[in-house]
Amino acid sequence: MPKDHGIGASSKRREDIRFLTGKGVYTDDLNLHGQAHAVFVRSEVAHGRIVKIDTSAAAGMPGVLAVFTGEDFKDVGGNPAGWLINSRNGEPMREPKRPVLAHGKVRHVGDAYAAVVAETYAQAKDAAEQLAGDTEIEELPAIIDMGAALADASNRVHDEIPDNQCYDWGWIEDNRAAVDEAIKNAPHVTTLELVNNRLVPNAMEPRASIGEYFPGTGDYKLTTTSQNPHLTRLLVAAFVLGIPENKLTVVAPDVGGGFGSKIYHYGEEALVLAAAKKLARPVRWTAERSESFLSDAHGRDHVTKIELACEKDGTFIAFRTETMANVGAYLSNFATVTPTFLHGTLMAGPYKVPNVYVNVKTVFTNTAPVDAYRGAGRPEATFSLERVVDKMCRELGLDPFEVRRKNLLTKDMFPYTTPVGLAYDTGDYHATLDKAMQMADVAGFEARRAASAAKGKLRGMGLSTWIEACGIAPSHLVGVLGSRVGLYDAATVRVNATGNISVMTGAHSHGQGHETVFAQIVAEKLGIPESSVEIVHGDTSKIPFGMGSYGSRSLAVCGSAMNRAVDKIIAKGKKIAAHMLEAAEEDITFENGSFSVAGTDKAKTFGEIAFSAYVPHNYPLETLEPGLEETAFYDPANFTYPAGAYICEVEVDPDTGKVEVAAFHCADDFGNVMNPMIVEGQVHGGVGQGIGQALCENTSYDGNGQLLSGSYMDYAMPRADDVPFYNVDHSCQTPCTHNPLGVKGCGEAGAIGSPPAVVNAVIDALQRGGHKVDHIDMPVSPSRVWAAMQG
Amino acid sequence: MTKVTMTVNGKAVSGEVEGRTLLSSFLREGLGLTGTHVGCDTSQCGACVVHVDGKAVKSCTMFAADASGSAVRTIEGMANADGSLGTIQQAFQDHHGLQCGFCTPGMVMSAAALLAENPKPSEADVRHYLEGNICRCTGYHNIVKAVLAASGQDVSKIAAE
Amino acid sequence: MYAFEFEKPTTIADAVKALGREDAQALGGGQTLIPSLKQRLAAPSVLVSLSGIKEMQGVCTGDDGSLCIGGATTHATVAKEAAAKYPALAALAGGIGDPAVRNKGTIGGSLANNDPSACYPAAVLASGATIVTNARKIAADDFFEGLFATALEPGEIITEVRFPVPEKANYQKFDQPASRFALTGVFVAKYAGGARVAVTGASEEGVFRWSEAEAALSGNFSADAVKGLSLSADGMIGDLHGTPAYRAHLAKVLTTRAVAAS
Repeated sequence: MPKDHGIGASSKRREDIRFLTGKGVYTDDLNLHGQAHAVFVRSEVAHGRIVKIDTSAAAGMPGVLAVFTGEDFKDVGGNPAGWLINSRNGEPMREPKRPVLAHGKVRHVGDAYAAVVAETYAQAKDAAEQLAGDTEIEELPAIIDMGAALADASNRVHDEIPDNQCYDWGWIEDNRAAVDEAIKNAPHVTTLELVNNRLVPNAMEPRASIGEYFPGTGDYKLTTTSQNPHLTRLLVAAFVLGIPENKLTVVAPDVGGGFGSKIYHYGEEALVLAAAKKLARPVRWTAERSESFLSDAHGRDHVTKIELACEKDGTFIAFRTETMANVGAYLSNFATVTPTFLHGTLMAGPYKVPNVYVNVKTVFTNTAPVDAYRGAGRPEATFSLERVVDKMCRELGLDPFEVRRKNLLTKDMFPYTTPVGLAYDTGDYHATLDKAMQMADVAGFEARRAASAAKGKLRGMGLSTWIEACGIAPSHLVGVLGSRVGLYDAATVRVNATGNISVMTGAHSHGQGHETVFAQIVAEKLGIPESSVEIVHGDTSKIPFGMGSYGSRSLAVCGSAMNRAVDKIIAKGKKIAAHMLEAAEEDITFENGSFSVAGTDKAKTFGEIAFSAYVPHNYPLETLEPGLEETAFYDPANFTYPAGAYICEVEVDPDTGKVEVAAFHCADDFGNVMNPMIVEGQVHGGVGQGIGQALCENTSYDGNGQLLSGSYMDYAMPRADDVPFYNVDHSCQTPCTHNPLGVKGCGEAGAIGSPPAVVNAVIDALQRGGHKVDHIDMPVSPSRVWAAMQG
Repeated sequence: MTKVTMTVNGKAVSGEVEGRTLLSSFLREGLGLTGTHVGCDTSQCGACVVHVDGKAVKSCTMFAADASGSAVRTIEGMANADGSLGTIQQAFQDHHGLQCGFCTPGMVMSAAALLAENPKPSEADVRHYLEGNICRCTGYHNIVKAVLAASGQDVSKIAAE
Repeated sequence: MYAFEFEKPTTIADAVKALGREDAQALGGGQTLIPSLKQRLAAPSVLVSLSGIKEMQGVCTGDDGSLCIGGATTHATVAKEAAAKYPALAALAGGIGDPAVRNKGTIGGSLANNDPSACYPAAVLASGATIVTNARKIAADDFFEGLFATALEPGEIITEVRFPVPEKANYQKFDQPASRFALTGVFVAKYAGGARVAVTGASEEGVFRWSEAEAALSGNFSADAVKGLSLSADGMIGDLHGTPAYRAHLAKVLTTRAVAAS
């Protein structure tokens, strides 16, 4: 019988009520007295030298309050990179300044070089158009192709970086010679060159920011679409504008999805704050979708060559990867870690493979910055691995299921340290593979294929066995590896006098359902109703300093902090109870919301203890402070390692090349599951995005750096009729060994595991249909499939 | 400026608008009904769907002046009279048909229009009807399931919760 | 958007008068025009909405048996009200955009815009329809003049479109995956006098008639008749979503399917 409340129950989401009735409050929904409107003037060329910006006409237009250019911000700080990567030769990465507004040069289409603030949006828009017309930009050759960018030292995105390279990273450099040797001597080597296509995150809520300044106190407030308000505060206050952190409150209210794109600090946030101070009025900005396409941090964009060395029976010997990763025109906050420590460290996959080496060259181009997008590095790793394994199976005539089975780590091998430095704590990869095969009815495939063939369709089946490292940690290790931030999280549990509870979390919920799930956990641990627990997040003036939500970390890291804070509450409660019940503290037990003296019927309810803490008439004041509120910071000992097996079946229309996903099966191991309904929803969403990457989403720049897919007219978002129902299972559970809840992240899994399953299925369908096609780059669009079939 | 009058969620409203004022802007900024969201500028995403005289339209692709004299219904008008969730809204909550909530108002309004036209849609009908509503969070699974459930059909055989 | 005045006349005569003002522009359903206005690609001084004109609304049968559709009739209305008399046309209308777009977008607006990927031009051309304006009648063959260009004079309004109803017809659309416009769409119609085949979405010149297919089908209206034909990729659109060769290929596939489904 499934639970109906507490840990493991599919509690309905409390946040839904406001979203379903139109009462959510997103940034753009705020309407502040005296607000002014900012519009950014964005470069229409990919690369150019700013010759002249004449602001005078724009400044004199009706309603215009202020005009800003790069010149106004040239003396403040740049938006920093959050992670220092060293090249193989020991040199630190090249780290060009990322200004609030472009200064001197514009470096991608959409690069903002000026902003206009006016009484109304329309007036700001008019003046922005005037300003664009009064700006002279000398267009320079656009640097778009990564290979050409590295080869041409004369044409530079940043004048001080001669070869447009940010770094040339090797992982692990000590493995290199052994891997080269293993590949040279292997009985078989499969080589695959592939592109991991650039994606535009496309959270449905466009970015928006409102700056406020309070002259009476000198305080600032930034309301913004952020996944991590404290991180944004740190970046905009300490690094960019030089505002003391204690004078700036950052609020991320309801946020309409992020998928990584709202982790980062963007120049628009600094601008609205600076403008608010200058004008002593609230200044607001909301992106138009076309601006989102041009200026949100994009994802992926790797060009990779991967080699798999193996025995003739498919036993893996080594993987060697060479990747060029596009970071775009500037370093977005986590652009440097995504293709390195979030990608290279995963290149052993869930496999027993003795030798792995990864080389990543990261390249500046005149395109929008690229950073972490759902999965961040791990989808790129997984796609490379699962595609090359699939290709190897075809080359050697081996069964892809059996090859996986042969090479997967076995459950008796944990903890297991990979050749690329991760220590997997636990897992049972054969269990998820078996489960997925059962769910997919692999044995019945031939009959389904024949049925498809009778309709004139080619049917194929694709497998991906994936692993993820999420909840990135611990801080001391990532510090050694170059991280400039800590990766703990924090929660405060405040028991109110009447026994209900406010929990302030560092994690931010923008779709993940924290308000429900976190309450389930606290309620279960304290033996009180879920409705007595309120989760507060997204406001730096209320919550402890946490790092926010990304990288499938919220439950594993912030949830663990919250769990620890609750433990502290219980421990203090026991002290209070011992006093009230006139018993020794060690004799007090806490169960089902009641503190009792072991072996007696003497007990106090949780509510009585809470009341006593705030009305401490009968209370050990000499030894214990009144009140019942605890904060915990939790820095994980390791990543968590969810894993699973995905099987996709597709039907290909040989006349048009159109691919339909006929079935999608996911067998995941997320360790303990707190709310199955929400976990499944996360997998659905991830798989939907993965199918989008695999089949539709194509971010394309032409040779001049113009974004060809700059709106939903050309950027194909997956729609309801592009996807099937997904068959999702999480019954294989090997609890994480190092966090108190035994949980592993689930947010990115779907986006990591699904793209190779889809592409493998398409290749399988084509091969079974007699077409000698061994790879098609994503998105595997109808025209690409058809072209591949023509040979 | 033009004077517009209309009923919104059964209430008579009026206001002065420019020719270029979109219905979505009038609702959000003029009337404070911020449940109607704007997610794109090409009439694709559907976050702004409302009903005008009973028909689903994209309120970001209709001028407020063009809606003058009409009866408009928004997400704020979808709950039951006692404030409890309406059938479709309740199905979305029951089946986890929303995550970040941003596309949700448009989804609910489109779903309501569908069920008004086609009270017992098939899965394919639902998917096809919702092609003008983009969701980035759910992969559509639970949205489709919620709409089927709201139509009174048994969804217990559909995979997952 | 730039600022403009908004007018919503209730008669064709008033609309024509309003459109006589300098830089006036007609507004059909606005599903294409409003997004272009947002991008500031047009700067009308006055926008004349045609949606309040009752005499331009609805579907009826003309004296000669043709299907007559008012210029301001929405796609949703055509999908419903033309279904009995001209099912292929109704199905085409029911596949344009999405339901909310179909509730606003109009046949007149679509034809006047003549987007090279729009669906309606294929039906109008394949049906040999007549475009009736406030001033004259224009044969479909004379109406479409290339990308976004038509025979309409400034200020001229499409008040009605008259479709001769074919013996058989079908429209096959292959969606451009992002916009859901036709990456290529083919409308096939069989009349007593022969078959007509119109292709949209494919050519850089906009909608066109595929005369070889028409000749073949006029003799033998079957999918086999198209088998041996091929369409040149010259002049076809090449973009993110498909090469010229792919579009030429799709045109043939869709023609075959349309004939088979007629």
